[in-house]
Order: sequence, then structure tokens, then C-alpha cells
Amino acid sequence: MVAQNIVFGVLAVAMGLAAIRVVTTKNVVHAALYLVVVLAGVAALYILLAAEFIAVVQVIIYIGAIVLLILFGTMLTRAPIGRASDLDNDQRWLGVVVALLLLGVMGSVLADAFGSTKLPKAPQIQRTGDVGLSIFQTYVVPFEVVSVLLLAALVGAVVIARRD
Amino acid sequence: MTFAVELAYWQTTTIKVLVVLGVIPVAAIVLGYVFLLKMMSHMQSRLGPMEAGPHGTLQLVADGLKFIQKEDIFPDRSDRFVFGLAPVVVLMSTFLLYIVIPAGPRLVVEDLDTGVFFALAVSSLSVLGVLMAGWSSANKYSLIGALRAAGQLIAYELPLVLAVVGVVMQAGTMSLQGIVRAQSEGEIFGIGFLGNPFIFTQFVGFAVFLLAAQAELSQTPFDMPVAESELVAGFMTEYTGFRFLFFFMSEFGSAFALSAIGATLFLGGWHFPGIGGSLADVTGPLVLGAKVMLVAFFIFWFRFTFPRLREDQLQAVAWKYLIPISLANILVTGVLKVLF
Repeated sequence: MVAQNIVFGVLAVAMGLAAIRVVTTKNVVHAALYLVVVLAGVAALYILLAAEFIAVVQVIIYIGAIVLLILFGTMLTRAPIGRASDLDNDQRWLGVVVALLLLGVMGSVLADAFGSTKLPKAPQIQRTGDVGLSIFQTYVVPFEVVSVLLLAALVGAVVIARRD
Repeated sequence: MTFAVELAYWQTTTIKVLVVLGVIPVAAIVLGYVFLLKMMSHMQSRLGPMEAGPHGTLQLVADGLKFIQKEDIFPDRSDRFVFGLAPVVVLMSTFLLYIVIPAGPRLVVEDLDTGVFFALAVSSLSVLGVLMAGWSSANKYSLIGALRAAGQLIAYELPLVLAVVGVVMQAGTMSLQGIVRAQSEGEIFGIGFLGNPFIFTQFVGFAVFLLAAQAELSQTPFDMPVAESELVAGFMTEYTGFRFLFFFMSEFGSAFALSAIGATLFLGGWHFPGIGGSLADVTGPLVLGAKVMLVAFFIFWFRFTFPRLREDQLQAVAWKYLIPISLANILVTGVLKVLF
């Protein structure tokens, strides 16, 4: 487990620094690129936990689609090279409060649920087939509910974007 | 007598990384020479390069050396860090593609359980590099080219993934080695000596895959991101020297890799009927190479034949035709899988 701990430490430091740069950088495109570093770090953490499928999903969805759409949107509207002076607003203290609240809630929930659980000595390898079976057998109803929810969001987006 | 050498993990990993780093430029040179220089020239009734090496074979080597010598220019108002990083991101995406492609029963960098899904995920990373290149160049042509590339690659990512789903369903695995094995051991109507290359059952998927790969690689008729008559050279306009060389190697390296994935998914990969065991490790790269050239031939034949589409036609092809067709293909595959 020592090697895993070292890798985790390196990843955690890199992700923390990149996450701080996301909110402190003066350039909106740089912020999106630092976000890529953070999200790639999450994918690496999944690989560290031997959850290969989730890691690939993380890459294709978050880096390959979501950050890409953020970049696409900002470049299509306004993304000047260099420092922008109007990226800050006066809600940063409110932001700090919300962030601390989120940290508290999520941290306590995690500690409550998994606080005493220890990782197994050898990582349990998650086969893609197992993930598929658990989605479509054990959790098929929540899966369908989420699908319908996403479909509704999709239809709603089209309705809002239509001009006629 | 068995020939076996015990190597530590870091030693095998280093060897594998070096092999892939060597394969990418060779693949780019082979595809560039055979198709871009020679096939296009002969189709247009001319000879193409003839001076460097016998029949011009060393032309691209000479071009590569020339690019390395050239000055590394940064545009005055560019974002230097992002500008320098962008070609590396694009080339890295190509490099990661090669990790999962098997060239023999044991000749694979890493036979990942998520194989083909991993390949499609890392190929989407190249768009990130393209957007970085276009934005940081401080050039309107570059930015428009990058935005076109992003819109195009997002649209064609979907049919590419959906076309592969049919194969994955039939093989029952996403591992590329598993897919090769499923084809070599399969049989059609009780005839088993050929195996069962999925092109026979998944011909719709193969057609969608080829078209979507063409667009993912930004080859004509889907080359709006670099349309030279409209955008100079699109997102590559400001690049010179070895950074331009990175883009060139990545373009042809990715073409080779996607052709190899297509050959593995639909044509049986390294498997040749009747050859098995450790002999397949020797013949595998040759068989796979021949199949890759066949798939790449179709891609480049398309490229040299059809004129460029309009941007709205491009989006219509993906969203209105390819995606519904591949969804129907998945449905039919599912029904047949349950029935047989």
C-alpha cells in the first residue's frame, strides 16, 4: 500500500493546487484548463482504487464533454488572452460560507457512512461486466428514473432554446 | 526450447513506452507516404515526390528533419504557455490510443478491461489540445478553426461510440483482445474456418464507424477545422517547426490508430485463419498491418474523392442520420443476440 499512498499524496497535492488556481486565476480559459487537471486527478484516483470503468467514464464525460463545452461556450462569446479584471465579484465571502457548509455536510456524511471501513489490503478489481450487471439488475429502477430525468432536462433545454 | 527473459515491471513498462514512441512516427510516415504522397498523386495522374530516396520513400523523413531545424515562433500576443502545451496534449492523446491496440496474443501494451471504451475516451482528449491551440494563437482564423473542430468532434464522438456498441454486445466484452478472440473463435451458420469477423454481422456499424472516424480525424470531406481555402490552416495557422510536426504526426498517427481499432473491431485484428499459438505473435503485426492499410485506404480514398461539406450539412449527417442509424443497429443487435 506504500506505493499507493505516495501516488495518492502526489495526486492530492496537484489536485489541491490546481483547484485553488481554478478560482484565483485571472483568465477564464486558464480556469477551465486547471479544472481539467483537477478532473484528471479524480480519474487517476479512481484508477488507484481499481475502478477502471468509472475512471474512463470520468475522462470521457467530464474532460471530453463538459470542460469542452465550457471552453467552447466561453470562446464562442468572450475569452480574451491575458488577465481579465472583471472576473471577481463581491460574493466571495458568501462563496466561502457555502463551500465550508458543503465540506461539512459531505465530510460528515462520508465519515458517518464509511468512517470505520478499512480498504482491503489488495484492491478489489471492478470488472466492467460487474458494473453493467449491477446497473441493469440491482439498480435498474434508479437507473431508469435518472434516464427519464435527463431526458426531461434535454427536452426542457430544447424548448427553452427554441425561438418559434 | 522456450525463450524467456524475466523482466521487472518498470523494465517492461519502459520497453513498451519506447516501442509506442517509435511506432507513432513510423506509422505517420508510412501512411503519409503511401496515401498522402503516392496514392493521391497517382489518382491525379502525377508522380509525386521522386527525388529523396528510391521512389521518394524518404521524402517525409527529410520533411521531418527540415521541420526540426526551423525556428520555433511564438506569435507576439499569444498565450505562450498554452500555445506551447497544445501540440503536446494532442500528441499525448494519440500516444494513449496505442496502449490498448493488440498486435498479437501477447503483443499489447496493456489489455485493459475497458479496452475500446478507453480508446474512444482518450481520443476525445485531442479536441482539448485543438481548442487550446486555436485560442492561444491570438488569431481569428485559428479560433474559428478550433471552434469548428470542437463542434465537429463532439458531434461525431456519439456515432463512433454507438457504432462500437454493436460489436461490444456481440463479443460480450470491451477488451480488444477479447473482441479478437470472439471473432477468431466464432462461426457463421456453422462455418468456422474463417472465424467470424464482425464486418459480416455488423456491416452497418462498420459503415457508421468509418464515416465517424473520417470526421474524428478531420479528413476531407469533414476537414472544416483546417479548411485551407477558408481558414489558412485553421488551428494550426500560427504553428511552425517541431510544434507543427507534432500536429502532423498526431494527425497520421491517430489515423493509423483508429484504422487499427476499426480493423480489430470489424476485421478480426491480428488473427489470420489457421494461425494460432505463439506463431501468431510473429504474424500478428503483419496481419494487423495489412488490415490497417486496407481500412486506411478507404479513409484516404474518401479524402481524395469528395469535396468539403458545409458546416450545417456536417452536423446534419451526424445528428440526423448516423446517430439514429447506429441506435437502430444496437436495437437489432440486441434482439438478435437474445434470439440466437
